[in-house]
Amino acid sequence: MDNIILEMRGITKTFPGVKALDNVSFKVREGEIHALVGENGAGKSTLMKVLSGVYPAGTYEGEIHYDSEERRFSTIADSEELGIIIIHQELALVPLLSIAENIFLGNEIADKGVIHWPQTFARTQELLKKVGLTESPATLITDIGVGKQQLVEIAKALSKKVRLLILDEPTASLNENDSDALLKLLMEFRNQGMTSIIISHKLNEIKKVADQITILRDGGTVETLDCHKEDISEDRIIKGMVGRAMEDRYPPREPKIGDTLLEVKNWNVYHQHHRDRQFLHDVSFTVRAGEVVGIAGLMGAGRTETAMSIFGKSWGHKITGEVTMRGQPVDVSTIPRAIKAGLAYVTEDRKQLGLVLINNIKENTTLANLSAVAANGVIDERQERKVAGDYRTKLRIRSHSIYQEAVNLSGGNQQKVVLSKWLFTNPEVLILDEPTRGIDIGAKYEIYTIINQLAAEGKGILMISSEMPELLGTCDRIYVMNEGRIVAELSKEEASQESIMRAIMRSGEKH
Amino acid sequence: MVADTSTHTTKPSIGDYLRNNIREYGLLVALVIIMLFFQFVTSGVLFRPVNITNLVLQNSFIVIMALGMLLIIVAGHIDLSVGSIVAFVGAISAIMLVKWGLPAIVVVPACLVVGGIMGAAQGYWVAYQKIPSFIVTLAGMLVFRGMTYVVLGGRPIGPFPKDFQILSTGFVPDFLYFLNPSPEIIKNMVALVAVLALVGYAIYAGLRNRRINEQHGTENEPFVFFAVQMAVIGVVALFIGFQLSTYRGLPNVLIVMGVLIAAYTFVTTRSTIGRRVYAMGGNEKATKLSGINTERLTFYAFVNMGVLAALAGMIITARLNSATPKAGVGFELDVIAACFIGGASASGGVGKITGAVIGAFIMGVMNNGMSIMGIGIDYQQLIKGLVLLAAVFFDVYNKNKGKG
Repeated sequence: MDNIILEMRGITKTFPGVKALDNVSFKVREGEIHALVGENGAGKSTLMKVLSGVYPAGTYEGEIHYDSEERRFSTIADSEELGIIIIHQELALVPLLSIAENIFLGNEIADKGVIHWPQTFARTQELLKKVGLTESPATLITDIGVGKQQLVEIAKALSKKVRLLILDEPTASLNENDSDALLKLLMEFRNQGMTSIIISHKLNEIKKVADQITILRDGGTVETLDCHKEDISEDRIIKGMVGRAMEDRYPPREPKIGDTLLEVKNWNVYHQHHRDRQFLHDVSFTVRAGEVVGIAGLMGAGRTETAMSIFGKSWGHKITGEVTMRGQPVDVSTIPRAIKAGLAYVTEDRKQLGLVLINNIKENTTLANLSAVAANGVIDERQERKVAGDYRTKLRIRSHSIYQEAVNLSGGNQQKVVLSKWLFTNPEVLILDEPTRGIDIGAKYEIYTIINQLAAEGKGILMISSEMPELLGTCDRIYVMNEGRIVAELSKEEASQESIMRAIMRSGEKH
Repeated sequence: MVADTSTHTTKPSIGDYLRNNIREYGLLVALVIIMLFFQFVTSGVLFRPVNITNLVLQNSFIVIMALGMLLIIVAGHIDLSVGSIVAFVGAISAIMLVKWGLPAIVVVPACLVVGGIMGAAQGYWVAYQKIPSFIVTLAGMLVFRGMTYVVLGGRPIGPFPKDFQILSTGFVPDFLYFLNPSPEIIKNMVALVAVLALVGYAIYAGLRNRRINEQHGTENEPFVFFAVQMAVIGVVALFIGFQLSTYRGLPNVLIVMGVLIAAYTFVTTRSTIGRRVYAMGGNEKATKLSGINTERLTFYAFVNMGVLAALAGMIITARLNSATPKAGVGFELDVIAACFIGGASASGGVGKITGAVIGAFIMGVMNNGMSIMGIGIDYQQLIKGLVLLAAVFFDVYNKNKGKG
């Protein structure tokens, strides 16, 4: 167990103008699960790119020792040859190819360029069994869920005789069941002697599986914690990550709850693609002024679909039900009408659905309410600049100016730009779908603070989140969804991780 | 990761500025070099007054269509049918004018409407039925070409009445002749005065813009660049204006073109419609979720393209003084190439009117220059193809370098 398989010594990597890694040291023992944590921008991904040869030897300073020999990788192929396999956060699978084709892509079992299909399928079946999948190797990637896709990535790594598996945020887009399955698999691999490095923001998961934890901050190593020597609490890890003890991850708030703003009654929606399958069943809920209401549930429970179908029928078809604002029925049949009715929907997928990445902060901020900074169809540059500048200051968007392109912002700042866009439409009710997904702890705190401010201004907030602690920490009331139905409504006092899970499980038994 | 930590602003050096904006200056520099090159190898024929007039007349329709095509490309689409629209509109204008004897004042608006309908017919399938524009307009290209043969019965129609020909072969009359200091050299005073006024306004507007930017703390281009750019544009414009004034003055087409360029520059940079088209091309889903009717925008982009193609069709037909079924073959490629040379992105969301116009002029000067040199159409095509590839490679190269 005390065999050091990997040691990185004094790694320094500079980009023009920025020192991304500064004299980082990192040691991994053979056969352990080693967690690498730190805020976004701390240098985790850069370090792993140095290790895997994405940044070739010579573009950084320092030494990499692997298997007690110094290595200088100049391509990814070099590191893969020695069994170092990295699985990136954004999955690198081709959606319209089969599982088998994906696993052996670039590494085909072939004779003079002719693929040996029976052998490919047989090998795939073996690999899938190892990761606990029962799918046929001929299944297309697009037909399986994200959780299973992640497992296919791991199977692909296994096909390459992996010794050191690196997972970059493997559970970021997985629901709790899939995450658990994945972590169990990692532990099983550990028992078989494989070494893994896992990068994650989910501290509870790290606590569950890690043998050692290395914390990075601002491009430097802070410390390495041994989970077997002492009991490491989440607060202990956070303290290392942010450099100070984080007393409370959720800013305090005195709720001042007013009249009912948004009420949705008997909302029934059929599936967008499978047109005769009813997806949402009699969903009803209310959001009051100054209230933060959560929707909990597993992936696929219908939370995003509920939000999007209400917001201008952006999802689904054959939509029936009633939406009222302050007791008056409102028309939400198109997005412009939904906006006019006082709704705003902050998407869970800010890169694909929230931002025009190649446009700058200013242009993204005013996009949903451009006519407010224009007269007779002509944009008033001065006013637009002022609006964007004000939101940049108010939401503390860190950028060099309002002319910075959205693509160059960090996740947290991107999210703030999306929030700016919707705040500028002056909505009464904001639907926030996974507002803190993939952003670091400091930025999360800022987003919670903004949510609190909005509630204090009398806006209604409907928050969808897969992170239960976040819902428990911020919401006044939580609805639980499962399989397209609202299965429970819990007050702040009733709500706990256990009560939410219980509601989900119990509803599962009924159907 | 780089952006995460950069909260402070540093004033960029001139070198940085040049690196970041190399595309725009590069394009202008390329045009000037190409012009000087052909001026040299044609022993000065390129900038003769007659030839400048020809250059304008020959390229006006490419420029006009490039304005519409830029919007289409920025919106994330493509239109292959413009050459066929040119031919069809030319044909029906000939039928209305020559066969039916309708006056130009009726025919011109009628043809613009027809062009709009042709654009709408394609825009419907692209915007509302979500069929890729490449396929829809490929079909349109075949259908409209076929329709041209049908209405013309395979035979050319012409010649046209004078009032229609004015559209492309007319010149702005010299109503300022009394200001003319030396009638032996200068034949048309309006051309000179107009160009002088234009250059003056450009400098005034440029300076005003810089002042406004300064007031709001927005980054200006270094003054050296502004000055050099203004000087180059001013000298070239004054030279061309002078040359034109020694011949027959300003072609009507040039005025039409100038007004359209100004209008479309305004629409793309200042109007809400323009902004929305760019946003849509950058990320259609996010734009739609921001409450923008992306279908309608796409639809009208094609309608607009149809109208501009119809205008171009009439200009060409009037210039050739005959409507033929083969008119406008291959024009779509010149127009699309002009946009891409001008820096438009094939994936949408990026591109400038000024870029497309300069791109069109680069194509035009090369066509004209190579023809004067007596280079065959075969080699002309080869060279133009390589220039297109080089221009786009330059873009990609710069972008990758920027990523570091």
